[in-house]
Amino acid sequence: MTANPTPQPSFSGDHRSPARAALNRWKAGVGLAVLPHRQPEVKATAKVSLQGISLSYKANGGTQLLALEDINLKVNPGEFVCVVGPSGCGKSTLLHLIAGLQQPTSGNVRIDDKLVEGPGTDRILIFQELGLFPWLTVGENVEFGMKMKGISKAERQEKIQYYLRLVHLAKFKDSYIHQLSGGMRQRVALARALATEPDVLLMDEPFAALDAQTRDLLHDELERIWAETGRTIIFVTHNVREAVRLGDRVVLFTFRPGRVKREFLIDLPRPRQLEDVTVAKTAREILDDLREEINKSLEAEYSHEAAR
Amino acid sequence: MKRLARYLVFYSVLIGVWLLLAKLKVWPPYVFPTPQGVMESLWAGFADHSFWIAIGVSMKRMLLGYSLSVILGMVLGLGVASNKFLEQTMGGLLVSLQSLPSICWLPLAVLWFGLTEKAILFVVVMGSLLSVTIAMETGRQQMPKIYGMAGRNLGARGFQLFWHVLLPASLPYIVSGLKQGWAFAWRSLISGEMIFVSLGLGQMLMMGRDLNDMSLVIAVMILIVAIGYIVDGLVFRTIERRLQQKWGLTPAT
Ligand SMILES: Nc1ncnc2c1ncn2[C@@H]1O[C@H](COP(=O)(O)OP(=O)(O)OP(=O)(O)O)[C@@H](O)[C@H]1O
Ligand SMILES: [Mg+2]
Repeated sequence: MTANPTPQPSFSGDHRSPARAALNRWKAGVGLAVLPHRQPEVKATAKVSLQGISLSYKANGGTQLLALEDINLKVNPGEFVCVVGPSGCGKSTLLHLIAGLQQPTSGNVRIDDKLVEGPGTDRILIFQELGLFPWLTVGENVEFGMKMKGISKAERQEKIQYYLRLVHLAKFKDSYIHQLSGGMRQRVALARALATEPDVLLMDEPFAALDAQTRDLLHDELERIWAETGRTIIFVTHNVREAVRLGDRVVLFTFRPGRVKREFLIDLPRPRQLEDVTVAKTAREILDDLREEINKSLEAEYSHEAAR
Repeated sequence: MKRLARYLVFYSVLIGVWLLLAKLKVWPPYVFPTPQGVMESLWAGFADHSFWIAIGVSMKRMLLGYSLSVILGMVLGLGVASNKFLEQTMGGLLVSLQSLPSICWLPLAVLWFGLTEKAILFVVVMGSLLSVTIAMETGRQQMPKIYGMAGRNLGARGFQLFWHVLLPASLPYIVSGLKQGWAFAWRSLISGEMIFVSLGLGQMLMMGRDLNDMSLVIAVMILIVAIGYIVDGLVFRTIERRLQQKWGLTPAT
């Protein structure tokens, strides 16, 4: 369980010194699946920076469940980072922490070097459970964040149109949430988050319920928006290919307690496609590592069953 | 259509039995009025406007008292639900206080406010405040947490969060409490009016007793039931149905 005691080198100064980076990688068992041809830009301040984050939940019977342990991660401005890991490893918890909806047990979250103490509209999270408001129409849901920000009514209407068209739901502006399919709801949640136009977009398995065609379309749209607006995106998925298709970097988490097991720099040229051979090849390497963690999670599950 | 027929049969039998008993003169008419007598009282009451005035006065007190208790109850309930300490202490007190019939507040109200409108308002508020508070508190606890989180995530704070997220999100869980509050307030009002205040339906009822007019008593009782039923059936059912449709809690028709 303690295969990974040292903090992970991330996009920090380490990369400027290849020898030191290599040493660290060796110490931590970290390798980059695709070695960088270009040096990643090292900015003075990271957009999102997690320092020594740990979080434990109260589990049943007064015990503590360590969900996240000593997470160190830096995300550069405009970077697209994907997080993968087995179910229950703390990915959603991590995004909640960055969104400021939960406080870490230890460590801290910084945005632009400022300590996060609560939620803020500079970071918008698309919840895994979506959290769409059933008492509002689709359009009103998309409007909500803008309304809270005090954007004028005319501008809000324009943006509702724009973002609903973007997710191909313009016709459903006046529908209620329960009238939509699962995939349509995911798209509403995406539109609602995008319309608020945050610096940092936190996405928790946002495309899990979509059919392949719609997902491909939204991948393209998301990539386009990201390239045009320079937003920083942290994207959680269980689909490694999706992670490779979208990310500048893929961060692999261990199973309970969640730690950064390995980071992969994805230096494939964009635009990429899910079916690209290079994407598949990189994904397979990551998958080998992920499988090990999934097996651990299955074992944990199995031993729990057996113990009953 | 079948339902209507069933209603027709039921009420014709009921009125038939009543007629028969009155015809047989088992009891004297001032103890047991005839249906015709009650109909005449109803007719006369509306014709000389005394019923209209009584209904108007009672409804005005109801609306005032009930709105007050809804506003207060929401604030209180939310306060109690959002604070562990209050929840453990006040929560129990509220539930036990609810077993107190609201008319028990009348002596206190009279001592505080005298024989005034304020006293009766106080009784009405005390009658429904607890139901609304408890409903709000449980509604707030039953409401899925995700809505509050999503609201905060999208930038809603303080009153905005309450008004645009927490309140609408808990509505399906509190309508039944609001409805119950209305029923309690209605009962408190009538009992209060019976005891001291001038005008209103409760006072009408007592007037019937003073005049030994059993038909009037029954007529006013019918009015009280009818108004309670209409408000429940028209106002609250409609709200409930709308909510359920919006939320998709029932299959859309
Ligand atoms: N509110 C909570 N109380 C107690 N334990 C919790 C709570 N929320 C999450 N956990 C536990 O924390 C761990 C991490 O949960 P989290 O939802 O972050 O996982 P995840 O990586 O998002 O999983 P998935 O891929 O299935 O969504 C899980 O083991 C879960 O049991
Ligand atoms: Mg999750």
